[in-house]
Amino acid sequence: MAPIFRWGFTGLILFVIYIPILVLVVNSFNASKYGIKWGGFTFKWYEKFWNNDGLMTAALNSLTVSIVAATVATVIGTLAAVALHRYQFKGKALLSSMVFVSMLTPEIVMAISLLIVFMALGIQLGFISLVIGHITFCLPFVIVAVYSRLKGFDMKMLEAARDLGASESSIFWKIILPLALPAVASGWLLSFTLSLDDVIVSAFVTGPGYEILPLKVYSMVRVGVSPEVNAISTILLVVSLVLVVISQLLLREDK
Amino acid sequence: MKSNIGQFRFWAIGLASVWLTLFVLFPNVLVVLTSFLTRDPQATVSLPINADSYVRTLDLLYLRVLWDSLRMSLLAMIACLLIGYPFAMAIVSLPKRWQPVILFLVILPFWTNSLVRTYAIQFILGNQGIINKALLGLGVIDKPLQLLYTQFAVILGLCYILLPFMVLPLYSALEKLDVRLHHAAKDLGAGPLSRFWHITVPLTSPGIVAGCLMVLLPAMGMFYISDLLGGAKNLLLGNVIKTQFLHTRDWPFGSAFSVILIVLLGFMLWLYFRASRFVSKQGGLNGSDF
Repeated sequence: MAPIFRWGFTGLILFVIYIPILVLVVNSFNASKYGIKWGGFTFKWYEKFWNNDGLMTAALNSLTVSIVAATVATVIGTLAAVALHRYQFKGKALLSSMVFVSMLTPEIVMAISLLIVFMALGIQLGFISLVIGHITFCLPFVIVAVYSRLKGFDMKMLEAARDLGASESSIFWKIILPLALPAVASGWLLSFTLSLDDVIVSAFVTGPGYEILPLKVYSMVRVGVSPEVNAISTILLVVSLVLVVISQLLLREDK
Repeated sequence: MKSNIGQFRFWAIGLASVWLTLFVLFPNVLVVLTSFLTRDPQATVSLPINADSYVRTLDLLYLRVLWDSLRMSLLAMIACLLIGYPFAMAIVSLPKRWQPVILFLVILPFWTNSLVRTYAIQFILGNQGIINKALLGLGVIDKPLQLLYTQFAVILGLCYILLPFMVLPLYSALEKLDVRLHHAAKDLGAGPLSRFWHITVPLTSPGIVAGCLMVLLPAMGMFYISDLLGGAKNLLLGNVIKTQFLHTRDWPFGSAFSVILIVLLGFMLWLYFRASRFVSKQGGLNGSDF
């Protein structure tokens, strides 16, 4: 392939990938209600969102769920990655295949399986069920991120520390965690965005009393045109984009 | 000291194991069990155990939905492969320092809200959307084409959202390909097409299967894509499952459909492992063996 063709084709696909996002962002500043013509630049859809109590509550709920879910997933996931990396134990193969399977399971299957288990265990649908659901689909991403970072380590350092009498938990706090910190932080950020953007699992495990932003957006876009949605969507897109770029920069930092 | 080691180990292994057992393994067992139970208006599900739900999926009405959903998802998968393969080949052929940047740009949208991006496609395909306005403006058509709320729109949406999942495995398979095989084949007189078909395709088959797996299965579940782009007529399996669980409240029936999805996942994983075994057996392709 000639270079011009390679670059041209690559550029074209990337253009197609980003064009709908661009159109959406531009329309969120469009004063014309139906987004058909350009009616001048405006912030009014953002103001409408800001002044809509229902939407603001949903946004705060979403933030709460995402922060809690990302934090718990990061703690459990980091520990699990260390365990998978450092220890030999019974059921290790089972643990890693559960991680593998939960990454590949289609979201809809995970969603209904969680709904069934919440019913079976008598967990009420709402905040708790949302958080548990989100932790479950974030967990494998954290484990994989931290594990692949740990694989690049020089293990001799840990052996030396142990020979000098360091306890297992102080090895973790003083050596492993500081070294793995970029991956841990990146795992948190990725979990946060995954959780903030999730629709499928949330649609199944949410309860009537607890509304979150993506589901609110879903019901709004199903009914028809409401330009605030463009504003909310733009905010969601920008938040995710910024966080993901930061998380990737964290991982690249000292390669 | 000894107990300290034990304690850290205990928590590190224990937390994740308990979590995944409780919320991944156990729930999946429950789904399979539920699919064999009977619907009960009072208690959601009850005994006796039977296979009625599976028999009902063979009902003509549902068989049609199942087939429509499978066909749309398969077409999306094929479209992803036809776009993704040359795209991955183009990326691999670019200068090394640009490849990670391009890959990052491909993956980036995956981390953003796919519902929002699906909604954005409405601006492109709608009667007043960019495509129709451009075509009307150019005088190619004189009234807007019905692009939105068609099967085509659903397939396009699925393809758009899931393309990164196809490109990534293909890229990593193509990147490992040894160029010397191509040189050798060329020296022996093989044309470009024959080299592509007899070397590139077989050796990247694990990547092809992995990409197809990661597009096909999610594609069957993404109910909001068919909701927003397909209208009421073009349903995916996800829509059926969602209706059975959240509206009709027929859990055994909904579970039966997702067991079908799990079986499909198992089958494709089996294909994947066969393909990787085939490639490593054909072997000697990692440079070190030459």
